[in-house]
Amino acid sequence: MRAQREGSQAVALTVARCRPEVICAYPISPQTHIVEGLSAIVATGELAPCEFVNVESEFAALSVAIGASAAGARTYTATASQGLLFMAEALWNASGLGLPIVMTVANRAIGAPINIWNDHSDAMALRDCGWIQLYAQDNQEAADLHILAFRLAEELSVPVMVCVDGFVLTHAFEAIDVAEQELVDRFLPPYRPRQVLDPQAPVTIGAMVGPEAFTEVRYLADETQRRALTVIPRLAEEFTTVFGRRSASLISPYRTEDADLVVVALGSVLGTLAETVDELRADGLRVGALGITTFRPFPTGAIRAALHDGQRVIALERAFSIGSGGVVSADLRAALAGMDCPLSTVVAGLGGRPITRPSLRRLIAETARSSDDPAPQQLTFLDLDRDQLPRARGGGAWPSSA
Amino acid sequence: MAVQRVKFYQTGSFAVGNRLLDPAMRSVQADPARTNAITSGHRACCGCGEALGARYVLDAALRATGGKLVTVNATGCLEVFSTPYPESAWQVAWLHSLFGNAPAVAAGVSAALRAKGRSDIRVIGQAGDGGTVDIGFGCLSGLFERNDDVLFVCYDNQGYMNTGVQRSGATPPGARTATTPVEDQTPGNPFGQGKFVPLIAMAHEIPYVATATIADLRDLEAKVERAMQLRGARYLHVLVPCPLGWGSDASDTIRLARLATESGLFPVFEAEHGEVTDVSPIRRRVPVEEYLRRQARFRHLFEPTRRDDLITRIQARADATILRFGLIDGKEA
Amino acid sequence: MAESSAIRPPFAITLPPATSRSNHTGAWRTERPVYVDLLPPCVNACPAGENVQRWLYHAEERDYEAAWRELMRDNPFPAIMGRVCYHPCQTACNRASLDEPVGINAVERFLGDEALRRGWTVEPTEPDSGYRVLVVGAGPAGLSAAYHLRLLGHAVVIRDASPQAGGLMRYGIPTYRLPRDILDLELARLLELGIDLELGHRVDDLPAEMAEGGFDAAFLGIGAQISRRAYLPAGDSARILDALSVLRTVADGGAPVLGRRVVVYGGGNTAMDVARTARRLGATDALVIYRRTREKMPAADVEVEEALAEGVRIRWLSTIAYAGENAVTVERMRLDEDGRPQPTGELEELPADSVVLAIGQAIDPSILSDVDGISVVDGLVQVGPDFMTGRAGVFAGGDVATNDRTVTAAVGQGKRAAQSIDAWLRGRVTAAPPPRRLATADRLNPWYYADAPAAVAPRLAVPRRASTFDEVVQGLDEATAVYEARRCLSCGNCFECDNCYGMCPDNAVIKLGPGRRYTIDLNYCKGCGICAAECPCGAIDMVPEQT
Repeated sequence: MRAQREGSQAVALTVARCRPEVICAYPISPQTHIVEGLSAIVATGELAPCEFVNVESEFAALSVAIGASAAGARTYTATASQGLLFMAEALWNASGLGLPIVMTVANRAIGAPINIWNDHSDAMALRDCGWIQLYAQDNQEAADLHILAFRLAEELSVPVMVCVDGFVLTHAFEAIDVAEQELVDRFLPPYRPRQVLDPQAPVTIGAMVGPEAFTEVRYLADETQRRALTVIPRLAEEFTTVFGRRSASLISPYRTEDADLVVVALGSVLGTLAETVDELRADGLRVGALGITTFRPFPTGAIRAALHDGQRVIALERAFSIGSGGVVSADLRAALAGMDCPLSTVVAGLGGRPITRPSLRRLIAETARSSDDPAPQQLTFLDLDRDQLPRARGGGAWPSSA
Repeated sequence: MAVQRVKFYQTGSFAVGNRLLDPAMRSVQADPARTNAITSGHRACCGCGEALGARYVLDAALRATGGKLVTVNATGCLEVFSTPYPESAWQVAWLHSLFGNAPAVAAGVSAALRAKGRSDIRVIGQAGDGGTVDIGFGCLSGLFERNDDVLFVCYDNQGYMNTGVQRSGATPPGARTATTPVEDQTPGNPFGQGKFVPLIAMAHEIPYVATATIADLRDLEAKVERAMQLRGARYLHVLVPCPLGWGSDASDTIRLARLATESGLFPVFEAEHGEVTDVSPIRRRVPVEEYLRRQARFRHLFEPTRRDDLITRIQARADATILRFGLIDGKEA
Repeated sequence: MAESSAIRPPFAITLPPATSRSNHTGAWRTERPVYVDLLPPCVNACPAGENVQRWLYHAEERDYEAAWRELMRDNPFPAIMGRVCYHPCQTACNRASLDEPVGINAVERFLGDEALRRGWTVEPTEPDSGYRVLVVGAGPAGLSAAYHLRLLGHAVVIRDASPQAGGLMRYGIPTYRLPRDILDLELARLLELGIDLELGHRVDDLPAEMAEGGFDAAFLGIGAQISRRAYLPAGDSARILDALSVLRTVADGGAPVLGRRVVVYGGGNTAMDVARTARRLGATDALVIYRRTREKMPAADVEVEEALAEGVRIRWLSTIAYAGENAVTVERMRLDEDGRPQPTGELEELPADSVVLAIGQAIDPSILSDVDGISVVDGLVQVGPDFMTGRAGVFAGGDVATNDRTVTAAVGQGKRAAQSIDAWLRGRVTAAPPPRRLATADRLNPWYYADAPAAVAPRLAVPRRASTFDEVVQGLDEATAVYEARRCLSCGNCFECDNCYGMCPDNAVIKLGPGRRYTIDLNYCKGCGICAAECPCGAIDMVPEQT
């Protein structure tokens, strides 16, 4: 039923309907409303049997999830930013052990300097850890992706991270259709673990693997994760059949077929981008937007199919690799190898700086009009306040107390 | 000791078994059909106390729970020597996650079992002193505070042995380790205030805290059994000598555990909800020197010159521990 | 539990249980544990060669018959031993280093008494051999020889000059130490094996009797039943007797007249026996005079203590200078630098109605004087290590051949002589058994033995003792006997305490089952030595691996 809801509440409700058996969480802005919402639902007893564990750190949160999942329970947690980094080794551990944990990451910048607002540096910093990464572009998608995530995780025995822009989505009120329990049950069967801690059939989980087999284990992890590239589209179709609405899949193209220039982006900025595309199209510029929903595994095939030679591409990123350049760009450049798609990287929205339509219009229009190929590794920062820089670089006078 | 000692005048209750004792009254280890939670072929050093401690604890737990047991193990010697692909020495359901999270992972297993209506299956989390006293400390405290239904066992060999004998928060004063070397007049590990986790566990007022050593098997088994009768967070701290790290004879492993107790350096006791409920009295007291002399990690206290100043300080600690816990004739300070 | 029917554990991350058993860590070893069977000090010390540890093992299990049968393999007189043996086994017992020696003697007595109560008997183990052996003397040596010869299948005839069998067991040891009914019962049981006993038959001509009786061999167990005489200055009416005659008279049911104040001269067990007997016969004062010190007294400690407890007085470093009608003159001695007593010239007169000499026993050589090949040197018949005299087929043992002067030693010698006779008859050479290593106390790990002081056998109250010939030391009840048996440390021999089985970090000790002990799983044993270090009784050695 469609209703005005806060994004976090919609996620909480949806996760609850996925019948998790263990929920554990450590609070961090901007994830707090999600776990508070779940805590309230668990307290009513309507989710029973479900254990809600208040842990002492994010590292503990994912560790509790690891234990619970290994014991055969459907497990959920959520975090952001510093918390995600604090559980870093546990992330690798969970994926390495093949545990189908689902986690919401309320994307937030990483300190220092401490910053609680939205960008993608947290999830991007952990893109190599073996978790599947899905990026929601609006709150309907944010809620629905969790249902998909549980199903996907349990089918592949790979943990899944659902990325939801912190504050921008989590704390925004939208009209959201939270999936009905009956439909969720139809789409998401009970969890049947690939392996489980069972006194009647004891196994040793988490052995030490040396040089003679480690490479093969890693190869298999990659192979397994890449299966998501076929599984996700199939599940998305099934989702539509069951819920009667579109589901996010690998990518989300908007008016790209005949575009001369396509902006590739992840997350909530895609909403603004769509409006900007419409405005520019009305002005005669043939532009389009390509949203990447599944960032890991990287949907190379789908992207190559969605783009064609001669299209200029702007990768609009909410994170970057200090000392190197774009992150999404690097994957994109590799994906577009052999295609004539000049690629430029634009970093925007770091630490919660709003990405506005006027800025985007300016950016796209300028890029579209420019005939120069972007220099490789060229890194543009949208709305960079160059006036602040000299003072920041030069170490100007300290504000005096006088 | 909560258990009435078997009065039996040949080997009494001190030996593992006794052919004259009713099988039902013998230790779990005496059973010819014992479960051997950790079996042969593991790569522990010759004479490893931790391998013994783990089998003692888990076999006792398996008996107490009718085999309904899941074990969570931290990174460390025990995990490394028991599970090198493709060989596993475990015969219990066993999970290894990371170094510092064994208590949290165990809490997760326990929560899952409860959610699934299988609270009859019990959970043991286990780690070395590194994974308990240092890197696992935060998670351990969390488990205690939440009173998660887990028995957490620390096998204390007083150092990071698996990585090459480095100092941990449990390393005793005066001990040489790879990161507390002995130069000139330095004592090795400094004489700090120590970090005795059993007392910290008691401060959390959890249902059950106990210490034990591998030198007193009956006591250890009784404590595991007692712990498994209770629910909530329980903590067992077992002293397990390490021939490699302590620089002792492989055959001395049990003897050193015995001497640690008899010298007063390691108190053996039980506590519930923060109060000591029982103490194993010292049977035949020895001066700390008898214990220290058998370990190369303390050799610098005797050679090239005798360091009476340090030996006296260590003896003073033993005296204070004896007084504090009433280890002789129940006389407490 | 979630359904795990589709278990597909991830490669290498998850392993099946116990796959480590393919890793044979035994290859690491530089030394290995070996279970040994060492000679316990009690067995080593027993003059009768009893396997003390073995029968204690059975007694611990309350299998008294098995214990008794084990004992009877070596010694036919446990009930007697339990009363008269001076238990050198206890002196050697390693338990003394913990608290007190095991009360082996008291347990032996319990077993002997139990056998009599239950009527247990033994049978010969070998079929009849066709050989006949003559045993001269029905004392402990002769009876033991007869017993073992009979068990080995030989026909045996015992001839003894006395009206009753027993030797000094009957005629030397008072009834308050060895009641006659016990003696008679054990004697009867021995004879029931099919041994002929001819009493009142003194053998004067050994070779003739052997030829006449068709005896293929003979054993001389005629003892040393003559009291030694020393020259003692005495008045005509001084009443001087010898201890053995006094004891013999009492044994025959008589009552020698000793008077109220009796002086006993000597320091051995016989002196103690006769002094305590004198008290029972009514002497108000029994004074033992011995020329050296207490430490030097040959009498067993227990005899001295009991004598003193009964009011016998002992005067050390004294000799009798003169024996008169109503008094003796006693001279004080002192020890010189070499520890030898020297007269001091200080004399004292003490009242005495009689003097009983207990200064030693000697053999009666008359029967042996004309027998070719048998020689007597320093008062002892000469025998080889096989107990054969110089005359082929004639063996000797006990007081006649050695100076041990105890019932137990005589029993042991009778046994060994019987084994030699058996070998000689059958033409076999018995090789000496290989020497066994002694289970010394330093091999023990005493921690594992519970604190358990020795049980004290009940004793007749002192006032009663001096007025009757009732047995002074009573037996242990069953519970106490078992308790005492279980104090045995089982030195040097595995008694299945499970320490090795329980303490192996590599689960490399295999328990074979009750009575079958253990074996080492050499596939996995790393040779750490914990088993050997923690074996309470020192029954495991670590031996280097062959490289």
